[in-house]
Amino acid sequence: MCPPGPRCIRVHYSLFNSTVVAYALSFVLYLTFLKTGKALTGRLGTLLLAAGLVTHYFALLERTRGLGPHAVPYHDLYGAMSLFGWLLALTYLGLELYHRQRTVGALVLPFVLIFFVAAHVAPADKLSPPGAHGPTFAFHVTLNILAYSAFALSFVLSVMFLIEERFLRKHQLGDVVWRLPPLELLERMSRSSVLIGLVSITVGTSFGFLWVYRLSDRYSFYDSKYAITLLVLILYVVYFWLARTTAWRGARASKLCVFNFLLVFLSFTVVNLYLSHNHRFF
Amino acid sequence: MEIVLVGLNHRTAPVEVRERVSFTAEQARRASEQLRSKGILEETLVLSTCNRSEVYGVPPEASHDSAPGLSTFLSEFHSVRLEVLNGSLYHHYDREAARHLFRVAAGLDSMMLGEAEILGQVREAYRIAHEQGATGPVLNRLFQGALEVGKRVRAETELGTRPMSVASAGVKLAERIFGKFEERSALVLGAGTISEQVIAQLRDRGIARLFVMNRSKERADGLAKQYGGEVLPWGEWERALPVPDVIVSSVATEEPVLRREIVERAMEKRSNRALFLMDLGLPRNIDAAVGELYNVYVYNMEDLNEIVAQNRHARENEIPKADSIVEEHVGKFLSWQASVELVGLVNELRSKLREERAQFVRSRVESIQHLTEADRTLLENLMDDILESLLLEPAQRLRGDKDLCRKVRNVEALRDLFLSRREKL
Repeated sequence: MCPPGPRCIRVHYSLFNSTVVAYALSFVLYLTFLKTGKALTGRLGTLLLAAGLVTHYFALLERTRGLGPHAVPYHDLYGAMSLFGWLLALTYLGLELYHRQRTVGALVLPFVLIFFVAAHVAPADKLSPPGAHGPTFAFHVTLNILAYSAFALSFVLSVMFLIEERFLRKHQLGDVVWRLPPLELLERMSRSSVLIGLVSITVGTSFGFLWVYRLSDRYSFYDSKYAITLLVLILYVVYFWLARTTAWRGARASKLCVFNFLLVFLSFTVVNLYLSHNHRFF
Repeated sequence: MEIVLVGLNHRTAPVEVRERVSFTAEQARRASEQLRSKGILEETLVLSTCNRSEVYGVPPEASHDSAPGLSTFLSEFHSVRLEVLNGSLYHHYDREAARHLFRVAAGLDSMMLGEAEILGQVREAYRIAHEQGATGPVLNRLFQGALEVGKRVRAETELGTRPMSVASAGVKLAERIFGKFEERSALVLGAGTISEQVIAQLRDRGIARLFVMNRSKERADGLAKQYGGEVLPWGEWERALPVPDVIVSSVATEEPVLRREIVERAMEKRSNRALFLMDLGLPRNIDAAVGELYNVYVYNMEDLNEIVAQNRHARENEIPKADSIVEEHVGKFLSWQASVELVGLVNELRSKLREERAQFVRSRVESIQHLTEADRTLLENLMDDILESLLLEPAQRLRGDKDLCRKVRNVEALRDLFLSRREKL
């Protein structure tokens, strides 16, 4: 748990509790909706998710205040995890409203909850990088984490697609398949999510380069993080194109989407921790 | 205030009897009129579907006496000997009649468990009877309750969610892949009865374009005209297969009509756009190897029958949940019925007490000489006030306390207790 001291950033317990309760109840309602298909239950799940997003936002805001002036709430791994959870929930809510499909909520909410709780109960940050503040840096990190959360969502949707597609091809319908969204809708939702991710990562990385340029006396332009980000960008563009127009549409494109996210995960963890000099903020 | 139900259905009567006792809309109207004009029923409603003919009513006397009269009426109305009907007719009264109707509306009494059409048929029968003025407060309340039960059972249970026929199961499966059919197209091979059933399902689900292909062009033309489709010449696979999202085949043939290489070529032209194939032919019309192709989903008759059997089992598991909704509404209806009857009883008591008071004033008070007219009026008013206050509290409690109405089950016994038989309505 967080030891006492100036680096210890605590979120007020009432914000923490209300966020956890809202997300947990939303998860239960989405799960019930998946099982029963009752529209009212689904709507309540959405409302509670929105409530969770609001309280989670204030929790992030409180974290920012605790860090002092011009700071961002994600200057460490745990803050980034919390922001990731928030943006994942926000992206999902946007997709749910746009595609009018609530069935995926039951699969997304556990991740949101885990990231929020993990960010809160994890130990305090160890170091804060110099210059890790300011609007350019804030846009860079926020947009990149938004991209990661959108890619994570497309990963969940693609896994759902592959499972449902397998059930349908093997004629093993059971109880669940009748409740899941149609395959084509899952594909469309996944593509929408990837599109959000592509735009975010492109703009976010541009801000990153701008920030690096300003701090060029201390930072290298040649970093393994850049290479893997470029690779991620290219692979998602390829996925986006394949999933829309070519013979790879369907399960093959979904498998590529799953693979791409594994690369994103690698970039967020192993590359940040062991290979990159510019992104070792924790 | 009692309810009587006389009818027959697919469980009690063979189809030969059912079709002789069924009512057209016009016959239902006529029967309702006759039942009321002959004094057999005060309120009446005829529910007639392909699997049941039922007459619901509120008789002017104790319901157990009116059932034989209703049976005789049905026999005479349809010119069917009573002996033929007697073995098939069922009679239900009050609680059982309400429960039966609520189960009918919920689809629990249907031949195909949980079917959706019956709720629409109940609604239509009620609409006709209501417009005709054949229903009154009791049947209005009963049928409004039935419609509510039907809606709740469909919303709160899975009784009606899963397809129960091969055609609807196939169409619902295609929806698992494509979602809504508004921008989709389908090709139907064959123009027989099964093809027609599937086409009807596809049209119901809003399929955008429909193609029919059949060896006999004449039959294909007829089907296409009936359902608004286009006819394609038989065997022109290169032209026909790249377009549709759903292909249904129900053709009498010894060899598969759609072989792997035909579908493979079509998939190349489609850039592997997903294709759902429903093989409803026996022997199978589609080569089993077609199912191995990328983005092709093939379901044959055996697969679909298995799905229907699973769905039937799943629906049966929902029966207890649906029955509990039915029981809840039966309880509500009986409470309402009891409260109306009890309020009626209080009103009758009020009338009786006023008469007693008037008689008392005539016989006793007028003999007291020293009372002025003003005193007499004052005394009468005081007596009225006492009687009103005696009746006011129970009347108010009956209106507000639903549990009390439920507890007071035998209104007739109370009537006998407080009102002499000659005074009963």
